[in-house]
Amino acid sequence: MRALTWQGKHDVRVETVPDPEIINPRDAILEVTSTAICGSDLHLYDGVIPGMMSGDILGHEFMGRVVETGPESTLQKGQRVVVPFTISCGKCFHCMKQQFSACDNSNPADKQDLTEPLYGHALSALFGYSHLTGGYPGGQAEYVRVPFSDVGPIVIPDGLDDDQVLFLSDILPTGWQGAVNADIEEGDTVAVWGCGPVGLFAVQSALLMGAGKVIAIDEYPNRLALAKKLGAEVIDFKQTHVLEALMEMSGGIGPDAVIDAVGMESHGFAPDTVMDNIKQNVGMGADSAHALREAILACRKGGRVSIPGVYGGFVDKWPLGAMMEKGLQLRGGQTHVQKYLKELLHRIGEGEIDTTFLISHRLPLEDAARGYQNFRYNQDDWTKVVLKPGTESN
Amino acid sequence: MHNETHPERHRTKGSSHQNALWLALGVGAVAGAAGYAYYQQATRNKVAHRPPDSAPGRTAKTGRFGDYAVASRTVTIARPRQELYEFWRDFANLPKFMENVRDISVAGDITDWTVAGPFRDLRLQTRIVEDRPGQQIAWRATDASEIDTEGKVSFRDAPAGRGTEVEAIIAYIPPAGELGRLVAKLFQAEPQMQGRRELKRFKMLMETGEIATNHNHKSA
Repeated sequence: MRALTWQGKHDVRVETVPDPEIINPRDAILEVTSTAICGSDLHLYDGVIPGMMSGDILGHEFMGRVVETGPESTLQKGQRVVVPFTISCGKCFHCMKQQFSACDNSNPADKQDLTEPLYGHALSALFGYSHLTGGYPGGQAEYVRVPFSDVGPIVIPDGLDDDQVLFLSDILPTGWQGAVNADIEEGDTVAVWGCGPVGLFAVQSALLMGAGKVIAIDEYPNRLALAKKLGAEVIDFKQTHVLEALMEMSGGIGPDAVIDAVGMESHGFAPDTVMDNIKQNVGMGADSAHALREAILACRKGGRVSIPGVYGGFVDKWPLGAMMEKGLQLRGGQTHVQKYLKELLHRIGEGEIDTTFLISHRLPLEDAARGYQNFRYNQDDWTKVVLKPGTESN
Repeated sequence: MHNETHPERHRTKGSSHQNALWLALGVGAVAGAAGYAYYQQATRNKVAHRPPDSAPGRTAKTGRFGDYAVASRTVTIARPRQELYEFWRDFANLPKFMENVRDISVAGDITDWTVAGPFRDLRLQTRIVEDRPGQQIAWRATDASEIDTEGKVSFRDAPAGRGTEVEAIIAYIPPAGELGRLVAKLFQAEPQMQGRRELKRFKMLMETGEIATNHNHKSA
């Protein structure tokens, strides 16, 4: 089959690799019909996530048609399914508490050794990501093996097409959980850093959960325009002092909840960002955290800080004093996708949530490398790239 | 008063005060570091006289097990105690989750093992020395064993209905002493590392019915 493989920093290629097989009883194999490039794939593209190996198949946002099932799979051949990017066994303590992204059993035992010393606990597995999270072959390919296929995938009814439901795999539930973790109360003012896909979905989710005002922060005009269209007020950090603006726009109180949908590759020319980037580039495991520092300073006393943005290492100049003295609550975590799928699919079916506005480009799988490059360097125009295996390159 | 009447003089005096302050701080820092070093030295040998805490002995900062190396780990498995005990008690099941066990044959209380070592296969023979159904299984190497080892696995009800706490402890004399242990670790065949992974695979198998792998091909 053809698959997008990681070869090194800023080097991804579509290559021919062997087709996947059923290995475990609960496995299924999908023929991938749509797969997207995620903002967190760019962290791999930029080489800032450790534990990548040359030849790894990327892709954790995908959906497709079931073509093969193991004896314990509950899926049937021919069904269309969306697959969560988190791999979860459904049987361990965490899965039974619906903390699916904390699954004990999905990450192979030898791979668990990599994160246990780093984080104090071994991480669970993700598709198409670092070997810290299992090194499972991803879905930017013609076929993919889906472990625990009786727990993860959700069957899609015929009336909904790929573009409407593909983002159930990651960014929609991730934006949703970002808003859930912000514990939004009716009428709250919520500030969201980053108007990438997760930030935009967090804006949409926060409004659905009753926020009175959502303020979105970014620098790209096109992305800010999308946020505005969803009902947010916007701040362009290139032309406005963000902290002052947030105080003024919230009656001098500060946002009740803040959501960092930026993550470890925060940019913009601020002194802390410059230092963070230098350390990141010399491999000190440092995350760039300008957005998160700003969010913590902006948040009102006794407010909530939600972090759907991805961080992997350590952060300097952490405003711990502000957190403690202001009494902030902080929540992060990879997304418990399986927990939200049913409700979100229902809301899509009812027309309450539309995700198709996000897609700026549809490319054949063969053009995936071009998709990565543009998604990385032309962020204003290339808001979201969907790859279609099986379509011809032009 | 003094400040107002003799501002010049005050500044000079102030500066010499500052020098003295820095000197005092420096001396203080050196003395502090020396004192801390002495304290460390003096208390290191007194650990034995401290009242014991609640932690298992193998987590002590200075373990003392003679020539034995000790590998151990506890996992909580969301399955009933009796079921886990019975699966483990049938030693023929062990190679299902112990990747380094190449072959196993059981005759009554005696078990013969062929285990992958860092350089060659090792042949072990153990005898079950304690068997408390649903609670604990202990074994010890016989004279015929290439490695002097003993171990036990115990099963306790976990709190709050979380299943069973499974604790495995293996003590062994490393074939070439401490150096041999480090070489084995290099080849990922060291018991602490192996034990940790095997217990995780045991948990996977018992909770999910399979052992997670990222391999896409049976041969890989």
